[in-house]
Amino acid sequence: MSVLEVKNVSIRYMTGDFKQIGLKEYIMRKLSGNYHVNEFWADKDITFSLEKGELLGIIGTNGAGKSTILKAVAGIMEPTEGHVHRSGKVAALLELSSGFDKELTVKENAYLRGAMLGYTRQFMNDTYEEIISFADLKEFEDRPFKQLSSGMKSRLAFSVASMVQPDILILDEVLSVGDGAFRKKSEQKMLEIIHGGAATILVSHSLPQIRNMSTKILWLHKGKQIACGNDVQGLCDRYERFLNGDKEALVQ
Amino acid sequence: MSGMKKSFARLKENQFLFEELVKRDFKIKYKRTILGVGWSLLSPLLTLLVMKLVFTQFFGRNTPHYTIYIFCGNVVWSYFSEATKGGMHALIGNAEIFSKVNVPKYLFVLSKNVQSLLSFLLTLIILFLFVAFDTLPFTWRYLMLVYPIVLLVLFNIGLGMVLSALYVFFRDTEYLYDVFLRLLMYLSAIFYNVSNYDAHVQRMFLINPVYLFIKYFRCVIIDGNLPSAQFHLLMLADTVIVFLLGCLIYKKNNTKFLYYV
Repeated sequence: MSVLEVKNVSIRYMTGDFKQIGLKEYIMRKLSGNYHVNEFWADKDITFSLEKGELLGIIGTNGAGKSTILKAVAGIMEPTEGHVHRSGKVAALLELSSGFDKELTVKENAYLRGAMLGYTRQFMNDTYEEIISFADLKEFEDRPFKQLSSGMKSRLAFSVASMVQPDILILDEVLSVGDGAFRKKSEQKMLEIIHGGAATILVSHSLPQIRNMSTKILWLHKGKQIACGNDVQGLCDRYERFLNGDKEALVQ
Repeated sequence: MSGMKKSFARLKENQFLFEELVKRDFKIKYKRTILGVGWSLLSPLLTLLVMKLVFTQFFGRNTPHYTIYIFCGNVVWSYFSEATKGGMHALIGNAEIFSKVNVPKYLFVLSKNVQSLLSFLLTLIILFLFVAFDTLPFTWRYLMLVYPIVLLVLFNIGLGMVLSALYVFFRDTEYLYDVFLRLLMYLSAIFYNVSNYDAHVQRMFLINPVYLFIKYFRCVIIDGNLPSAQFHLLMLADTVIVFLLGCLIYKKNNTKFLYYV
């Protein structure tokens, strides 16, 4: 049984009138039959599965639907069609530095984030020291969050999120946070978690990183699944050809 | 019923998050204020003072214990308006969180409500101090005040959920609700006495749920008795309807909010 199974998942966004207009406009347009909603399929018919210890690298250009599929896997979004089957604990590291409160202190934010990730207070009390020292923010712990640099913010986010041993780990462009030294440390930590038996999904625009770490590749293009397979180097080569302007690579 | 049980289990699971959200909302509300929570007490007292000074001439003459009378109205009203207005912003204000992390969204509304509930309970203590200084007796009926308080909490949470969902879909909600609140305040008999109206007009006031809550407090505190059984049922019905409506809207739109923020 796979840890994660994504089956024929399609996700539809609605675009058009419905979002930006106010109540009056809404009623006027509804009455005059002028109300338009457009569909936009961010992901169409995506299928893959993941076993323990596997690392799936998702590649694709901007707007390929990578982040959207991650949101469906994380349970933040409900797929419009198809289904996602997860067994076990999911830890999603999406756009790390958002969702913090700039007025709270670093310590308070760490606890808040821990709570959002489903940790218990006991767990936070026990691991807080480890978190803050991993993030290298000990001397900042009582400062308001807004005084931190953006690199520091991501460091804290990463440190809090990486304290668990999840069954499914979702990484969206998070291995590129912080400075060189921290990047090394965070990669090390990630490898630890992955080798601890988690099924990992990694989205990164750094192809060398994908080549190095992945055991499986999913290639998305404009919401469609171009390829999915274990031939990491082969698929990455093909993707690279595509990036270099070879449109043929999409179909071959 | 099992759904209810599941909700409770989930609530317990999220207790830590809930506590942290409450803490955060408190800190943000009172950041860089000298009086902190004191403001929550001062503002109803100042309102009370002004109302007492201005309205005693007009409405105070045929209303016994007029200070307590307006205090009852004010304490209920300010809790109601603060909790529902806060609740309205609960989703939009936390959009950054729920679009990135999978958290139960009703927690945001609950957290905002805890805050206003606390100010309400503190103000209530002051009200009881005022009652003690007046010549009004404390009776066993005070225990029955738990009834309107619990219902009012649920009513505010329910309405907060409805409003926060509407606010996600239509930003006009904020302005409409502001106007609505102002009008409703004048219809809630906070500083005037409805006994000057005809009997059928007086009955019309019962349509307004906030008036029911205010009247319950006055009934117990000033008149020293309890409202009728029908009155209790009416309050219960209002509350259940609003609360269920809120839950229903959240259940139905749980995954849709994301697209509108």
